[in-house]
Amino acid sequence: MENNVNNEVDFEVIIVGAGIAGCVAALKLADKGYSVLLAERGQSAGSKNLSGGVFYCRVMEDVIPDFVKKAPIERYITRNCISFLNESSFVNINYGDARLENSVTAVSVKRAKLDEWLAQQCEDAGVTFMPGIRVDELLMDGDKVVGIQAGDDKLYSHVVIAADGVNSMLCRNAGIRTRELLENLAVGIKSVIGLPKDTIEERFHLKENEGAAYAVVGDCTNGLNGGGFIYTNSDSISIGVVVKIDALAESSESASDLHDRFLSHPAIEPLLRGGELLEYGCHMVPEGGQAMLHDLTRAGLIVIGDAAGLALNTGSTVRGMDLAAGSGIAAAKVVDEVLSKKDFSQAAMDAYYTELNNIVVGKDMKTYAKMPVFLENPRMYKNYGPLLGDIMYNIYNLDTTPRQHMMSEGLKIIKKNQLSAFQLIKDMYTGVRAL
Amino acid sequence: MNKNPFGDVTERLDKDRYETDIEESHIKVNQEAAAKSNAVDLLIRICPAHVYSKQPDGSINVMYAACLECGTCLAAAPVGVLSWQYPRSGMGIIFRES
Ligand SMILES: Cc1cc2nc3c(=O)[nH]c(=O)nc-3n(C[C@H](O)[C@H](O)[C@H](O)COP(=O)(O)OP(=O)(O)OC[C@H]3O[C@@H](n4cnc5c(N)ncnc54)[C@H](O)[C@@H]3O)c2cc1C
Ligand code: SF4
Repeated sequence: MENNVNNEVDFEVIIVGAGIAGCVAALKLADKGYSVLLAERGQSAGSKNLSGGVFYCRVMEDVIPDFVKKAPIERYITRNCISFLNESSFVNINYGDARLENSVTAVSVKRAKLDEWLAQQCEDAGVTFMPGIRVDELLMDGDKVVGIQAGDDKLYSHVVIAADGVNSMLCRNAGIRTRELLENLAVGIKSVIGLPKDTIEERFHLKENEGAAYAVVGDCTNGLNGGGFIYTNSDSISIGVVVKIDALAESSESASDLHDRFLSHPAIEPLLRGGELLEYGCHMVPEGGQAMLHDLTRAGLIVIGDAAGLALNTGSTVRGMDLAAGSGIAAAKVVDEVLSKKDFSQAAMDAYYTELNNIVVGKDMKTYAKMPVFLENPRMYKNYGPLLGDIMYNIYNLDTTPRQHMMSEGLKIIKKNQLSAFQLIKDMYTGVRAL
Repeated sequence: MNKNPFGDVTERLDKDRYETDIEESHIKVNQEAAAKSNAVDLLIRICPAHVYSKQPDGSINVMYAACLECGTCLAAAPVGVLSWQYPRSGMGIIFRES
């Protein structure tokens, strides 16, 4: 026993990490009246956190009603664009929809602001928030997690929730989740470029408060498994690349060069022109999908958010913040149950898996289970962009030669891009199934 | 190389805010293991903040103060090369715009 007489606890629940996952779990548990400690290693919540920036925020209505009206958000995303980038051409599928204007499902956010605000909501709800505390270790009593240690300080609780992000040093140091396979990890490298509001609205064809989200594939990662993103904030643009670390390690590319190459691409640079760099950052994304959903509980412990590997790269969206929130809600529900029954055994904590599956988190992870494998396909990055570019070129390059029938012309282009029609159909089929 | 209109990595990091831990580095390299596994070139390539560089004698120099705390180096380095923890409480990068 870790010197903890009579099972006295300092808090009923200790949550490590004040990202979205940790804050949501803390809020939910404080609402139920439990004593909650939320510890964060940054000087303020959000100061260590980086996302691309589009939050599919519907899930937050269940945590903070009228979230989009109250929270510090940048813009409502009403325009989505998938862009196939080639060395000297690009093809965009630009999707705008009045229906998206009426029902806000996605907003752009800056984590430094959002997380700080969420932590403030936690404090207002009665959570003890301790920023500037790096938690070093989980305290164990046999197989049960009984608290945390930060420096020389030990704090005890019935349940610990690890919401400490993709590296989860807590679970790693305790041997609960071991070194992650490289194939399950990507790294995102991002710049935030300041530009006047009007300029952003003009360049991206936006009304006031409306925002655009671009997912870019192809030349941005120089053929490596990954993609680029461009998201509009109120008066800045978040832009960067996300690349699989195994692909990066095996290549001869440098991470920062990939980022630079993307920002200076002739199709991208005009969007940023005249802007001022506000911040440069990087962060990992857990992209393994279901392969990472293991060892999420121990007696007295639940792992949530990125720490649990809960992020999704669907090819056109990177999602993690909504899953972080969803897993926070799921964990809070289970912790409420185990606290009321005073049963903190492994079996009791395992209810978390069922809860994850019941809410959208587990379902989406299953729906997209085949996505990581589909995205491994090198043709996704090397061939399809040029193929689309050639088709468009053929349609719009109205030289004096007579137009050929689309089908026969299409097959020629497919051949030229070293693809077979069979491969194309096969990839489309796998792609659609993975979606 | 394509020139980034917003400057090279060093110039970009100048825009970032840090609370540097002047007493302790959160990254330590086992030079012997690094040399054996030839980790230096990998580390130089994959770190987006250019924290790692090669000394004239081939050993690895760690400019830990520039670290953005992503963990990519730890994930990719051969086992035993790095000992990496987050910086001590409240230290390190302070993101404001991401
Ligand atoms: C480049 C990039 C683009 C992305 N784009 C999107 C996007 O557009 N939309 C989307 O939904 N998701 C996106 N994601 C994913 C998303 O950012 C994450 O899934 C999300 O931030 C996870 O939230 P979290 O609360 O689980 O973890 P985090 O936000 O990482 O929070 C973990 C917290 O724990 C703290 N912490 C860690 N260790 C300790 C410790 N030992 N002691 C105390 N505190 C500790 C950290 O400081 C941090 O505050 C993107 C990610 C990247 C890298
Ligand atoms: S954690 Fe990221 S930024 Fe820091 S040294 Fe490693 S790769 Fe570079």
